[in-house]
Amino acid sequence: MTDLVTVERLNKWHGSLHALRDVSLAVAPHERLVICGPSGSGKSTLLRCINGLESHDSGEITVDGVRLTSDRRTMTRVRSEVGMVFQSFNLFPHMTALENCVLAPVWVRKTPKLEAEELARSYLERVHVGAHADKYPNQLSGGEQQRVAIARALCMAPKIMLFDEPTSALDPEMINEVLSVIIGLADKGLTMVCVTHEMGFARRVADRIVFMDRGEIIEQGPPERIFDAPRSERLKAFLASILTGYR
Amino acid sequence: MAIDAEVPTAASPPGAAPVAARRSYFRQQVWATWFVLVVLLAWGCHGLQLDFAYVAEKLPFLLGLRLAPDGFLQGAVLTIFVTAVSMICALGIAVITAAGRLSDNPVAFALATFYASLFRGTPLLVQVLIIYLALPQIGVVLGGLASGLIALSLNYGAYLAETIRSGMMAIPLGQREAALALSLPRWLIVWKVTGPQALRLIIPPAGALFVSMLKDSSLVSILGLWELNFLAQSYARASFHYMEMLLAAALIYWALSIVFEIAQFRLERRFGKGVAR
Repeated sequence: MTDLVTVERLNKWHGSLHALRDVSLAVAPHERLVICGPSGSGKSTLLRCINGLESHDSGEITVDGVRLTSDRRTMTRVRSEVGMVFQSFNLFPHMTALENCVLAPVWVRKTPKLEAEELARSYLERVHVGAHADKYPNQLSGGEQQRVAIARALCMAPKIMLFDEPTSALDPEMINEVLSVIIGLADKGLTMVCVTHEMGFARRVADRIVFMDRGEIIEQGPPERIFDAPRSERLKAFLASILTGYR
Repeated sequence: MAIDAEVPTAASPPGAAPVAARRSYFRQQVWATWFVLVVLLAWGCHGLQLDFAYVAEKLPFLLGLRLAPDGFLQGAVLTIFVTAVSMICALGIAVITAAGRLSDNPVAFALATFYASLFRGTPLLVQVLIIYLALPQIGVVLGGLASGLIALSLNYGAYLAETIRSGMMAIPLGQREAALALSLPRWLIVWKVTGPQALRLIIPPAGALFVSMLKDSSLVSILGLWELNFLAQSYARASFHYMEMLLAAALIYWALSIVFEIAQFRLERRFGKGVAR
Protein backbone atom coordinates (compact mmCIF):
# COMPACT_ATOMS: atom_id res chain seq x y z
CA MET A 1 0.00 0.00 0.00
CA THR A 2 1.27 3.47 -0.79
CA ASP A 3 1.97 5.79 2.08
CA LEU A 4 -0.58 8.44 3.00
CA VAL A 5 2.04 10.95 4.05
CA THR A 6 5.67 11.05 2.98
CA VAL A 7 8.17 13.58 4.25
CA GLU A 8 11.55 13.64 2.55
CA ARG A 9 14.68 15.40 3.76
CA LEU A 10 12.67 18.24 5.26
CA ASN A 11 14.53 21.30 6.51
CA LYS A 12 13.15 24.33 8.23
CA TRP A 13 14.71 27.34 9.87
CA HIS A 14 13.09 29.67 12.37
CA GLY A 15 15.42 32.60 11.76
CA SER A 16 18.84 31.22 12.74
CA LEU A 17 17.36 28.19 14.53
CA HIS A 18 17.51 24.99 12.49
CA ALA A 19 14.08 23.70 13.56
CA LEU A 20 13.95 20.59 11.34
CA ARG A 21 17.09 18.86 10.04
CA ASP A 22 16.74 16.44 7.13
CA VAL A 23 13.60 14.86 8.55
CA SER A 24 12.23 11.93 6.56
CA LEU A 25 9.11 10.07 7.59
CA ALA A 26 6.32 8.01 6.03
CA VAL A 27 2.87 7.25 7.42
CA ALA A 28 0.99 4.26 6.02
CA PRO A 29 -2.83 4.11 5.91
CA HIS A 30 -4.30 3.06 9.29
CA GLU A 31 -0.95 3.61 10.98
CA ARG A 32 -0.90 5.25 14.43
CA LEU A 33 2.22 7.30 14.89
CA VAL A 34 3.23 9.02 18.11
CA ILE A 35 5.94 11.66 18.06
CA CYS A 36 7.66 12.42 21.33
CA GLY A 37 10.69 14.31 22.46
CA PRO A 38 11.76 17.23 24.65
CA SER A 39 10.17 20.61 24.07
CA GLY A 40 11.71 22.56 21.22
CA SER A 41 12.64 19.37 19.41
CA GLY A 42 10.55 20.23 16.34
CA LYS A 43 7.63 17.82 16.90
CA SER A 44 4.90 20.44 16.54
CA THR A 45 6.72 22.16 13.68
CA LEU A 46 6.83 18.88 11.77
CA LEU A 47 3.12 18.35 12.34
CA ARG A 48 2.28 21.89 11.23
CA CYS A 49 4.37 21.46 8.08
CA ILE A 50 2.35 18.39 7.10
CA ASN A 51 -0.84 20.44 6.65
CA GLY A 52 1.00 23.53 5.50
CA LEU A 53 0.28 25.77 8.49
CA GLU A 54 4.02 26.37 8.34
CA SER A 55 6.08 26.42 5.17
CA HIS A 56 9.30 24.45 4.85
CA ASP A 57 12.61 25.61 3.42
CA SER A 58 13.75 22.49 1.62
CA GLY A 59 12.64 18.91 1.11
CA GLU A 60 9.31 17.52 0.02
CA ILE A 61 6.01 16.62 1.64
CA THR A 62 3.36 14.55 -0.10
CA VAL A 63 -0.10 14.02 1.36
CA ASP A 64 -2.43 11.53 -0.30
CA GLY A 65 -0.42 11.79 -3.52
CA VAL A 66 -0.46 15.60 -3.64
CA ARG A 67 2.84 17.46 -3.28
CA LEU A 68 2.61 20.45 -0.95
CA THR A 69 3.35 23.78 -2.61
CA SER A 70 2.71 27.39 -1.71
CA ASP A 71 -0.27 27.42 -4.09
CA ARG A 72 -3.35 28.31 -2.09
CA ARG A 73 -5.75 26.07 -3.98
CA THR A 74 -3.51 23.03 -3.62
CA MET A 75 -3.18 23.68 0.08
CA THR A 76 -6.93 24.01 0.55
CA ARG A 77 -7.37 20.65 -1.16
CA VAL A 78 -4.69 18.99 0.97
CA ARG A 79 -6.06 20.42 4.21
CA SER A 80 -9.54 19.12 3.48
CA GLU A 81 -8.08 15.59 3.80
CA VAL A 82 -6.05 16.34 6.94
CA GLY A 83 -7.79 16.94 10.27
CA MET A 84 -5.96 18.80 12.99
CA VAL A 85 -6.52 19.08 16.72
CA PHE A 86 -4.66 21.81 18.57
CA GLN A 87 -3.24 22.04 22.06
CA SER A 88 -5.45 25.08 22.80
CA PHE A 89 -8.61 23.63 21.12
CA ASN A 90 -9.17 26.78 19.01
CA LEU A 91 -12.93 26.32 18.87
CA PHE A 92 -14.75 29.30 17.38
CA PRO A 93 -16.15 31.00 20.50
CA HIS A 94 -19.07 32.73 18.75
CA MET A 95 -20.50 29.44 17.47
CA THR A 96 -22.15 26.57 19.33
CA ALA A 97 -20.47 23.18 19.34
CA LEU A 98 -22.77 22.10 16.52
CA GLU A 99 -22.11 25.25 14.46
CA ASN A 100 -18.36 24.68 14.91
CA CYS A 101 -18.81 21.20 13.48
CA VAL A 102 -20.98 22.00 10.45
CA LEU A 103 -19.11 25.10 9.22
CA ALA A 104 -16.49 23.34 7.10
CA PRO A 105 -18.67 20.48 5.77
CA VAL A 106 -21.34 22.95 4.61
CA TRP A 107 -18.99 25.50 3.01
CA VAL A 108 -16.13 23.31 1.80
CA ARG A 109 -17.75 19.93 1.12
CA LYS A 110 -21.08 21.56 0.14
CA THR A 111 -22.95 19.07 2.33
CA PRO A 112 -26.62 20.07 2.74
CA LYS A 113 -27.08 21.77 6.11
CA LEU A 114 -29.48 19.22 7.63
CA GLU A 115 -27.30 16.33 6.58
CA ALA A 116 -24.20 18.05 8.00
CA GLU A 117 -25.99 18.67 11.29
CA GLU A 118 -27.07 15.07 11.53
CA LEU A 119 -23.50 13.93 10.88
CA ALA A 120 -22.13 16.45 13.38
CA ARG A 121 -24.53 15.26 16.08
CA SER A 122 -23.46 11.67 15.52
CA TYR A 123 -19.77 12.63 15.87
CA LEU A 124 -20.48 14.73 18.98
CA GLU A 125 -22.32 11.69 20.34
CA ARG A 126 -19.30 9.53 19.56
CA VAL A 127 -16.96 11.74 21.58
CA HIS A 128 -19.55 11.86 24.41
CA VAL A 129 -20.52 15.53 24.14
CA GLY A 130 -23.81 14.99 22.31
CA ALA A 131 -25.70 16.70 25.13
CA HIS A 132 -23.64 19.88 24.66
CA ALA A 133 -24.28 20.35 20.93
CA ASP A 134 -26.07 23.67 21.39
CA LYS A 135 -23.71 25.15 23.98
CA TYR A 136 -21.05 27.73 23.32
CA PRO A 137 -17.40 26.77 23.96
CA ASN A 138 -17.16 28.97 27.08
CA GLN A 139 -19.94 26.89 28.66
CA LEU A 140 -17.84 23.71 28.33
CA SER A 141 -14.92 22.32 30.32
CA GLY A 142 -11.50 22.02 28.70
CA GLY A 143 -11.95 18.30 28.16
CA GLU A 144 -15.34 18.83 26.57
CA GLN A 145 -14.00 21.59 24.33
CA GLN A 146 -11.18 19.39 23.12
CA ARG A 147 -13.61 16.59 22.33
CA VAL A 148 -15.80 19.02 20.36
CA ALA A 149 -12.62 20.05 18.50
CA ILE A 150 -11.98 16.40 17.67
CA ALA A 151 -15.57 15.99 16.42
CA ARG A 152 -15.19 19.15 14.34
CA ALA A 153 -12.13 17.72 12.62
CA LEU A 154 -13.81 14.33 12.10
CA CYS A 155 -16.83 15.94 10.41
CA MET A 156 -14.64 16.62 7.38
CA ALA A 157 -14.01 12.86 7.16
CA PRO A 158 -10.24 13.39 6.92
CA LYS A 159 -7.95 10.63 5.70
CA ILE A 160 -5.49 11.42 8.47
CA MET A 161 -5.70 13.21 11.81
CA LEU A 162 -2.93 15.26 13.36
CA PHE A 163 -3.02 15.78 17.12
CA ASP A 164 -0.73 18.52 18.42
CA GLU A 165 -0.32 17.85 22.17
CA PRO A 166 -4.10 17.45 22.56
CA THR A 167 -4.01 17.11 26.36
CA SER A 168 -1.23 19.54 27.33
CA ALA A 169 -3.63 22.38 28.15
CA LEU A 170 -6.01 20.21 30.17
CA ASP A 171 -6.47 19.78 33.90
CA PRO A 172 -5.28 16.31 35.01
CA GLU A 173 -8.77 14.93 35.61
CA MET A 174 -9.80 15.72 32.02
CA ILE A 175 -6.81 14.18 30.27
CA ASN A 176 -8.15 10.64 30.31
CA GLU A 177 -11.54 11.49 28.83
CA VAL A 178 -9.78 12.98 25.79
CA LEU A 179 -7.20 10.22 25.49
CA SER A 180 -9.84 7.49 25.65
CA VAL A 181 -11.71 9.18 22.80
CA ILE A 182 -8.53 9.22 20.71
CA ILE A 183 -7.85 5.56 21.55
CA GLY A 184 -11.40 4.72 20.46
CA LEU A 185 -10.76 6.40 17.10
CA ALA A 186 -7.42 4.61 16.74
CA ASP A 187 -9.05 1.26 17.38
CA LYS A 188 -11.50 1.97 14.56
CA GLY A 189 -8.58 2.30 12.14
CA LEU A 190 -8.16 6.07 11.84
CA THR A 191 -4.75 7.07 10.55
CA MET A 192 -3.16 9.46 13.01
CA VAL A 193 0.00 11.30 13.95
CA CYS A 194 -0.01 12.43 17.56
CA VAL A 195 2.48 14.63 19.37
CA THR A 196 2.15 13.93 23.08
CA HIS A 197 3.94 13.70 26.41
CA GLU A 198 1.53 11.03 27.69
CA MET A 199 3.76 7.96 27.57
CA GLY A 200 1.19 5.49 28.88
CA PHE A 201 -1.16 6.57 26.12
CA ALA A 202 1.64 6.37 23.55
CA ARG A 203 2.44 2.81 24.53
CA ARG A 204 -1.23 1.84 24.33
CA VAL A 205 -2.13 3.49 21.04
CA ALA A 206 0.99 3.66 18.88
CA ASP A 207 2.09 1.29 16.14
CA ARG A 208 5.32 3.23 15.97
CA ILE A 209 6.97 5.86 18.11
CA VAL A 210 9.20 8.52 16.64
CA PHE A 211 11.63 10.20 19.02
CA MET A 212 12.84 13.66 18.01
CA ASP A 213 15.45 15.90 19.55
CA ARG A 214 16.83 19.23 18.32
CA GLY A 215 15.04 19.02 14.98
CA GLU A 216 16.15 15.48 14.13
CA ILE A 217 14.53 12.06 14.27
CA ILE A 218 16.84 10.16 16.60
CA GLU A 219 15.11 6.83 16.86
CA GLN A 220 11.88 5.19 15.82
CA GLY A 221 10.26 1.83 16.32
CA PRO A 222 7.41 -0.05 18.02
CA PRO A 223 6.60 1.15 21.57
CA GLU A 224 8.10 -1.86 23.34
CA ARG A 225 11.43 -1.35 21.56
CA ILE A 226 11.51 2.41 22.20
CA PHE A 227 10.49 2.25 25.85
CA ASP A 228 12.13 -0.98 26.96
CA ALA A 229 15.28 -1.05 24.83
CA PRO A 230 16.25 2.50 23.88
CA ARG A 231 19.49 2.62 21.88
CA SER A 232 20.58 6.26 21.75
CA GLU A 233 21.85 8.15 24.76
CA ARG A 234 19.46 11.03 24.08
CA LEU A 235 16.39 8.79 24.15
CA LYS A 236 17.65 7.11 27.34
CA ALA A 237 18.11 10.52 28.96
CA PHE A 238 14.66 11.68 27.79
CA LEU A 239 12.93 8.56 29.10
CA ALA A 240 14.78 8.81 32.40
CA SER A 241 13.72 12.42 32.83
CA ILE A 242 10.03 11.86 32.14
CA LEU A 243 9.60 8.50 33.84
CA THR A 244 11.22 9.33 37.16
CA GLY A 245 9.03 12.36 37.73
CA TYR A 246 9.36 14.54 40.83
CA ARG A 247 11.88 13.50 43.46
CA MET B 1 -39.75 17.59 43.52
CA ALA B 2 -41.42 20.15 45.73
CA ILE B 3 -38.86 19.97 48.53
CA ASP B 4 -36.01 21.03 46.26
CA ALA B 5 -37.67 24.37 45.61
CA GLU B 6 -37.26 25.32 49.29
CA VAL B 7 -33.53 24.60 49.38
CA PRO B 8 -31.26 27.50 48.44
CA THR B 9 -29.25 26.65 45.34
CA ALA B 10 -25.48 26.96 45.07
CA ALA B 11 -25.86 30.14 43.03
CA SER B 12 -27.61 31.97 45.86
CA PRO B 13 -26.31 31.22 49.34
CA PRO B 14 -28.80 31.83 52.19
CA GLY B 15 -29.18 35.50 53.00
CA ALA B 16 -27.91 36.78 49.63
CA ALA B 17 -30.30 38.08 46.99
CA PRO B 18 -30.52 35.88 43.88
CA VAL B 19 -28.74 37.08 40.75
CA ALA B 20 -31.89 38.31 38.98
CA ALA B 21 -32.97 40.40 41.97
CA ARG B 22 -29.52 41.96 42.33
CA ARG B 23 -29.52 42.81 38.65
CA SER B 24 -32.93 44.48 38.77
CA TYR B 25 -31.87 46.43 41.91
CA PHE B 26 -28.83 47.67 39.97
CA ARG B 27 -31.04 48.74 37.08
CA GLN B 28 -33.46 50.62 39.36
CA GLN B 29 -30.60 52.50 40.97
CA VAL B 30 -29.21 53.43 37.55
CA TRP B 31 -32.56 54.85 36.41
CA ALA B 32 -33.07 56.70 39.70
CA THR B 33 -29.63 58.32 39.45
CA TRP B 34 -30.26 59.31 35.84
CA PHE B 35 -33.58 60.83 36.86
CA VAL B 36 -31.94 62.95 39.57
CA LEU B 37 -29.26 64.17 37.15
CA VAL B 38 -31.84 65.10 34.50
CA VAL B 39 -33.91 67.01 37.07
CA LEU B 40 -30.80 68.89 38.22
CA LEU B 41 -29.94 69.75 34.63
CA ALA B 42 -33.50 70.98 33.94
CA TRP B 43 -33.46 73.05 37.14
CA GLY B 44 -30.19 74.65 36.04
CA CYS B 45 -31.70 75.54 32.65
CA HIS B 46 -34.80 76.90 34.35
CA GLY B 47 -32.60 79.48 36.07
CA LEU B 48 -31.74 80.89 32.64
CA GLN B 49 -35.30 82.23 32.22
CA LEU B 50 -35.77 80.85 28.76
CA ASP B 51 -38.40 82.00 26.29
CA PHE B 52 -40.10 78.69 25.51
CA ALA B 53 -42.59 80.25 23.11
CA TYR B 54 -39.72 81.22 20.82
CA VAL B 55 -38.26 77.71 21.02
CA ALA B 56 -41.64 76.22 20.15
CA GLU B 57 -41.94 78.55 17.16
CA LYS B 58 -38.53 77.60 15.76
CA LEU B 59 -38.54 73.92 16.72
CA PRO B 60 -40.10 72.62 13.49
CA PHE B 61 -37.34 74.36 11.53
CA LEU B 62 -34.58 73.11 13.84
CA LEU B 63 -35.91 69.58 13.57
CA GLY B 64 -36.11 69.96 9.81
CA LEU B 65 -39.80 69.10 9.58
CA ARG B 66 -40.09 71.77 6.83
CA LEU B 67 -37.87 72.06 3.80
CA ALA B 68 -35.43 74.97 3.43
CA PRO B 69 -36.35 77.86 1.08
CA ASP B 70 -34.22 76.23 -1.65
CA GLY B 71 -36.35 73.11 -1.34
CA PHE B 72 -33.63 71.01 0.30
CA LEU B 73 -33.47 69.31 3.69
CA GLN B 74 -32.56 71.42 6.69
CA GLY B 75 -32.04 71.20 10.45
CA ALA B 76 -31.77 67.89 12.26
CA VAL B 77 -33.00 65.96 9.21
CA LEU B 78 -30.08 67.31 7.15
CA THR B 79 -27.71 66.50 10.03
CA ILE B 80 -29.00 62.92 10.06
CA PHE B 81 -28.75 62.69 6.27
CA VAL B 82 -25.15 63.96 6.19
CA THR B 83 -24.14 61.67 9.06
CA ALA B 84 -25.84 58.59 7.64
CA VAL B 85 -24.39 58.98 4.13
CA SER B 86 -20.90 59.78 5.46
CA MET B 87 -21.12 56.86 7.85
CA ILE B 88 -21.86 54.39 5.07
CA CYS B 89 -19.10 55.79 2.83
CA ALA B 90 -16.63 55.90 5.73
CA LEU B 91 -17.40 52.27 6.52
CA GLY B 92 -16.65 51.19 2.95
CA ILE B 93 -13.43 53.23 2.84
CA ALA B 94 -12.39 51.90 6.26
CA VAL B 95 -12.86 48.23 5.36
CA ILE B 96 -10.75 48.64 2.22
CA THR B 97 -8.09 50.62 4.10
CA ALA B 98 -7.94 48.12 6.96
CA ALA B 99 -7.53 45.30 4.42
CA GLY B 100 -4.64 47.27 2.90
CA ARG B 101 -3.05 47.79 6.30
CA LEU B 102 -3.23 44.05 6.98
CA SER B 103 -2.11 43.06 3.48
CA ASP B 104 1.20 41.53 2.39
CA ASN B 105 1.15 43.67 -0.74
CA PRO B 106 3.60 46.60 -0.27
CA VAL B 107 1.69 48.96 -2.58
CA ALA B 108 -1.65 48.28 -0.84
CA PHE B 109 0.04 48.72 2.53
CA ALA B 110 1.66 52.00 1.46
CA LEU B 111 -1.58 53.39 0.01
CA ALA B 112 -3.47 52.53 3.18
CA THR B 113 -0.89 53.93 5.60
CA PHE B 114 -0.43 57.12 3.54
CA TYR B 115 -4.16 57.79 3.42
CA ALA B 116 -4.71 57.03 7.11
CA SER B 117 -1.78 59.18 8.16
CA LEU B 118 -2.78 62.13 5.95
CA PHE B 119 -6.42 62.25 7.01
CA ARG B 120 -5.80 61.54 10.68
CA GLY B 121 -2.96 64.01 10.81
CA THR B 122 -4.78 67.09 9.46
CA PRO B 123 -7.77 68.94 10.97
CA LEU B 124 -11.22 68.10 9.61
CA LEU B 125 -11.97 71.79 9.12
CA VAL B 126 -8.93 72.19 6.87
CA GLN B 127 -9.95 69.11 4.89
CA VAL B 128 -13.47 70.45 4.39
CA LEU B 129 -12.15 73.80 3.16
CA ILE B 130 -9.49 72.31 0.88
CA ILE B 131 -11.97 69.97 -0.78
CA TYR B 132 -14.47 72.81 -1.24
CA LEU B 133 -12.09 75.60 -2.23
CA ALA B 134 -8.97 74.00 -3.73
CA LEU B 135 -10.46 71.27 -5.90
CA PRO B 136 -12.25 73.76 -8.23
CA GLN B 137 -8.81 75.23 -9.06
CA ILE B 138 -7.78 71.92 -10.60
CA GLY B 139 -11.07 71.62 -12.44
CA VAL B 140 -13.16 69.61 -9.95
CA VAL B 141 -16.15 71.69 -8.92
CA LEU B 142 -18.20 70.19 -6.12
CA GLY B 143 -21.25 71.57 -4.35
CA GLY B 144 -21.24 72.25 -0.63
CA LEU B 145 -23.11 69.06 0.20
CA ALA B 146 -20.84 66.81 -1.89
CA SER B 147 -17.70 68.45 -0.44
CA GLY B 148 -18.98 68.00 3.10
CA LEU B 149 -19.90 64.37 2.56
CA ILE B 150 -16.54 63.59 0.96
CA ALA B 151 -14.54 65.33 3.69
CA LEU B 152 -16.44 63.61 6.51
CA SER B 153 -16.24 60.20 4.82
CA LEU B 154 -12.51 60.45 4.17
CA ASN B 155 -11.71 61.78 7.64
CA TYR B 156 -13.76 59.25 9.56
CA GLY B 157 -12.81 56.43 7.17
CA ALA B 158 -9.20 56.90 8.27
CA TYR B 159 -10.04 56.64 11.98
CA LEU B 160 -12.46 53.76 11.48
CA ALA B 161 -9.84 51.85 9.45
CA GLU B 162 -7.54 51.84 12.47
CA THR B 163 -10.41 50.70 14.69
CA ILE B 164 -11.18 47.81 12.35
CA ARG B 165 -7.51 46.89 12.08
CA SER B 166 -7.05 46.77 15.85
CA GLY B 167 -10.16 44.59 16.16
CA MET B 168 -8.87 42.12 13.57
CA MET B 169 -5.42 42.01 15.20
CA ALA B 170 -6.93 41.20 18.59
CA ILE B 171 -8.24 37.84 17.35
CA PRO B 172 -5.89 35.01 18.44
CA LEU B 173 -3.84 33.50 15.62
CA GLY B 174 -5.18 30.07 16.60
CA GLN B 175 -8.62 31.00 15.26
CA ARG B 176 -7.23 31.58 11.78
CA GLU B 177 -5.09 28.45 11.97
CA ALA B 178 -8.02 26.28 13.04
CA ALA B 179 -10.07 27.67 10.15
CA LEU B 180 -7.20 27.06 7.70
CA ALA B 181 -6.80 23.52 9.02
CA LEU B 182 -10.50 22.97 8.23
CA SER B 183 -9.58 24.10 4.69
CA LEU B 184 -11.84 27.13 4.72
CA PRO B 185 -10.96 29.63 1.98
CA ARG B 186 -9.55 32.99 3.10
CA TRP B 187 -12.64 35.11 2.40
CA LEU B 188 -14.78 32.67 4.37
CA ILE B 189 -12.39 32.82 7.34
CA VAL B 190 -12.85 36.60 7.50
CA TRP B 191 -16.61 36.37 6.91
CA LYS B 192 -17.44 33.58 9.34
CA VAL B 193 -14.59 33.22 11.83
CA THR B 194 -12.36 36.24 12.45
CA GLY B 195 -14.71 39.00 11.22
CA PRO B 196 -17.66 38.33 13.56
CA GLN B 197 -15.29 38.01 16.53
CA ALA B 198 -13.55 41.26 15.60
CA LEU B 199 -16.90 43.04 15.22
CA ARG B 200 -17.59 42.54 18.90
CA LEU B 201 -14.43 44.51 19.65
CA ILE B 202 -14.95 47.06 16.87
CA ILE B 203 -18.52 48.10 17.68
CA PRO B 204 -17.93 50.15 20.88
CA PRO B 205 -15.13 52.37 19.48
CA ALA B 206 -16.91 52.59 16.10
CA GLY B 207 -20.09 53.70 17.92
CA ALA B 208 -18.09 56.42 19.68
CA LEU B 209 -16.73 57.54 16.30
CA PHE B 210 -20.21 57.80 14.82
CA VAL B 211 -21.54 59.81 17.74
CA SER B 212 -18.61 62.14 17.30
CA MET B 213 -19.29 62.31 13.54
CA LEU B 214 -22.89 63.32 14.25
CA LYS B 215 -21.60 66.44 15.96
CA ASP B 216 -18.70 67.05 13.57
CA SER B 217 -21.27 67.13 10.76
CA SER B 218 -21.99 70.69 11.95
CA LEU B 219 -18.73 71.68 10.22
CA VAL B 220 -20.47 71.47 6.86
CA SER B 221 -22.46 74.55 7.89
CA ILE B 222 -19.50 76.63 6.67
CA LEU B 223 -20.28 75.30 3.19
CA GLY B 224 -23.69 76.95 3.31
CA LEU B 225 -25.71 73.93 4.40
CA TRP B 226 -28.58 74.70 6.73
CA GLU B 227 -28.02 71.92 9.20
CA LEU B 228 -29.00 71.94 12.85
CA ASN B 229 -26.09 73.95 14.25
CA PHE B 230 -26.25 76.54 11.45
CA LEU B 231 -29.99 77.14 11.91
CA ALA B 232 -29.66 77.44 15.68
CA GLN B 233 -26.92 80.03 15.39
CA SER B 234 -28.68 82.10 12.74
CA TYR B 235 -31.96 82.21 14.70
CA ALA B 236 -29.95 83.07 17.81
CA ARG B 237 -28.18 85.97 16.11
CA ALA B 238 -31.35 87.32 14.56
CA SER B 239 -33.40 87.29 17.77
CA PHE B 240 -30.78 87.45 20.54
CA HIS B 241 -32.31 84.25 21.96
CA TYR B 242 -28.86 82.66 22.19
CA MET B 243 -29.42 80.32 25.14
CA GLU B 244 -32.77 79.06 23.84
CA MET B 245 -31.40 78.14 20.43
CA LEU B 246 -28.09 76.69 21.61
CA LEU B 247 -29.76 74.57 24.29
CA ALA B 248 -32.42 73.37 21.85
CA ALA B 249 -29.73 72.35 19.35
CA ALA B 250 -27.71 70.66 22.09
CA LEU B 251 -30.74 68.69 23.26
CA ILE B 252 -31.54 67.54 19.73
CA TYR B 253 -27.91 66.40 19.20
CA TRP B 254 -28.06 64.60 22.51
CA ALA B 255 -31.32 62.84 21.65
CA LEU B 256 -29.87 61.68 18.33
CA SER B 257 -26.73 60.41 20.10
CA ILE B 258 -28.89 58.41 22.49
CA VAL B 259 -30.53 56.69 19.53
CA PHE B 260 -27.03 55.79 18.29
CA GLU B 261 -26.07 54.48 21.70
CA ILE B 262 -29.13 52.25 21.85
CA ALA B 263 -28.37 50.87 18.40
CA GLN B 264 -24.79 50.24 19.47
CA PHE B 265 -25.93 48.45 22.62
CA ARG B 266 -28.19 46.16 20.59
CA LEU B 267 -25.38 45.33 18.15
CA GLU B 268 -22.96 44.64 20.99
CA ARG B 269 -25.38 42.15 22.47
CA ARG B 270 -25.88 40.48 19.10
CA PHE B 271 -22.16 39.97 18.50
CA GLY B 272 -21.40 39.13 22.14
CA LYS B 273 -22.66 35.56 21.76
CA GLY B 274 -20.47 32.99 23.47
CA VAL B 275 -18.65 35.58 25.60
CA ALA B 276 -18.86 35.40 29.37
CA ARG B 277 -19.87 38.63 31.11
